[in-house]
Amino acid sequence: MRISDREKLQLARMKAILKRAYQKVPYYKKRFDAAGVRPSDIRRLEDIKNLPFTTKTDLREGYPFGLFAVPRREIVEVHTSSGTTGKPTVSGYTRRDIELWGEVVARALTMCGATKESVIQNGYGYGLFTGGLGVHYGAQRIGATVIPISAGQTKRHLDIMQDFGSTILTCTPSYALYLTEAAEEAGINVKKLKLKAGCFGAEMWTDRMREEIEKRFHLIALNIYGLTEIIGPGVAQECEQKNGLHIFEDHFYPEVVAPETLEPLPDGEKGELVLTTLTRDGMPMIRFRTRDITTLRREPCKCGRTLVRMDRITGRTDDMLKIRGVLIFPYQIEKALLEIKGVEPHYQIIVTRPRHLDEIEVQVETSKKIFSDEIRHLEEIRKKIEKHIETAIGLRVKVTLVEPRTLPRSEGKAKRVIDKRQL
Amino acid sequence: MEVKQISVFLENKKGRLWEALHALAGARINVRALSIADTSEFGILRLIVPEPQIAKKVLAQGGFTVRENDVIAVGVPDKPGGLSSVLKILTDADINVEYLYAFVEKSGKKAVVVLRTDSISKGKKALKKAGATVLSSRQVYSL
Repeated sequence: MRISDREKLQLARMKAILKRAYQKVPYYKKRFDAAGVRPSDIRRLEDIKNLPFTTKTDLREGYPFGLFAVPRREIVEVHTSSGTTGKPTVSGYTRRDIELWGEVVARALTMCGATKESVIQNGYGYGLFTGGLGVHYGAQRIGATVIPISAGQTKRHLDIMQDFGSTILTCTPSYALYLTEAAEEAGINVKKLKLKAGCFGAEMWTDRMREEIEKRFHLIALNIYGLTEIIGPGVAQECEQKNGLHIFEDHFYPEVVAPETLEPLPDGEKGELVLTTLTRDGMPMIRFRTRDITTLRREPCKCGRTLVRMDRITGRTDDMLKIRGVLIFPYQIEKALLEIKGVEPHYQIIVTRPRHLDEIEVQVETSKKIFSDEIRHLEEIRKKIEKHIETAIGLRVKVTLVEPRTLPRSEGKAKRVIDKRQL
Repeated sequence: MEVKQISVFLENKKGRLWEALHALAGARINVRALSIADTSEFGILRLIVPEPQIAKKVLAQGGFTVRENDVIAVGVPDKPGGLSSVLKILTDADINVEYLYAFVEKSGKKAVVVLRTDSISKGKKALKKAGATVLSSRQVYSL
């Protein structure tokens, strides 16, 4: 699609959804009126910056159905967010929304190579979490064979993977990594598996994790992005170029704003992602603050798609840790950690304040690669990790080596930070 | 054949040492000698067993980080100055000892010193040259 055509389509859809939100959802009317703007004031796409933001807090205030734009009987399905950061938020889908959802996830899976011939082993949790059913609808839309195995039951995952000849694995990246470990332990010959691609998301991960999963499972691992408030998975998907995620901007209009001032930032600058749904029926989201930190890039992608790309999520504004006054993201620690050879990507960050001073402890699992029979060598590697993290974040941390597989492996979102400070 | 030592990473947590030894007991592996090196947060359990390969497998299956490496075993007379005579040889040959542990043989006549030097081959050579009793793996495992 030509860019001018796409912008025309976006603008028409934006105008329509703003009008509908204003008319049908009292919350939006109140907010727009308070800000002194009307949907008709939006004449160009950029004008959206004059509209107020919608936050998770707003959604919680409208809990459960306050932001629906249709009568409840039109809603055919509801999902809620995981509630990682507090009370869950609700998302309501009309029949058309479910179709839209299937369509965008089908696009995402297609970008991972899925066809009618594919056997998709869906390891996202089925239930209120959007991951399971989102991928399910997408797979059905394509006409692939979907195995609704859900998260957990590792042995069953491995058995089915071998017996059914699964070609695409969909789950969280940390669970994928866990599966690779379990497969190794069970002595499974991974070369005999039929896996070709993995569609991994629902949590932050790194290129190092990608390399590990790809190497151990002999597949191509691609990043999928989405959030319950907007629709679930299928907001954006990485193509085989592995160079950022294409946002399906004909349905989801992206902006990036500065986290502190909330001023819109130009493409290429890092900030908080803000999304507006252009086609959601049941629950239009206008300028929803995702809290996810990313950068939008408009340079053409080698894959030929003209859709804007977003960098992989490198942090969340509500994950920001303020340690001794310094803002840091767990991602920075993870990245530093993974740059050291032999260190496994399993870690946990523990923040304490023993004597009015914040301290960070990073627990890292030992691996065969870094273990030695000499205390001296283990101390050396420990200090090396400490030094490396200190260089990356500018703060001293204490690194503790722990036994392998003692840090929690999540089947949903990995809990990386334990903040024990009592403020 | 070189004498093999099995090392195990242990977090300083209640019961971990027991779990490691319990795993070995379950595989009917008799520990010939052991030592524990510890820091405030973790320790390294070092073991000499007759079946190092099986021990390694059993421990790895039990979720432990395990490593196998060569060590030197030297027989010394069980009397004052026994160990010091061995160390003198290494000092004179300018060889560093990373760690060592010793145990007394059942008969009580001889003590066995397990040594880890920077270079195992150099350490062994120096000891043999000076006439120390370097034990073979077979001799050590059957102690």
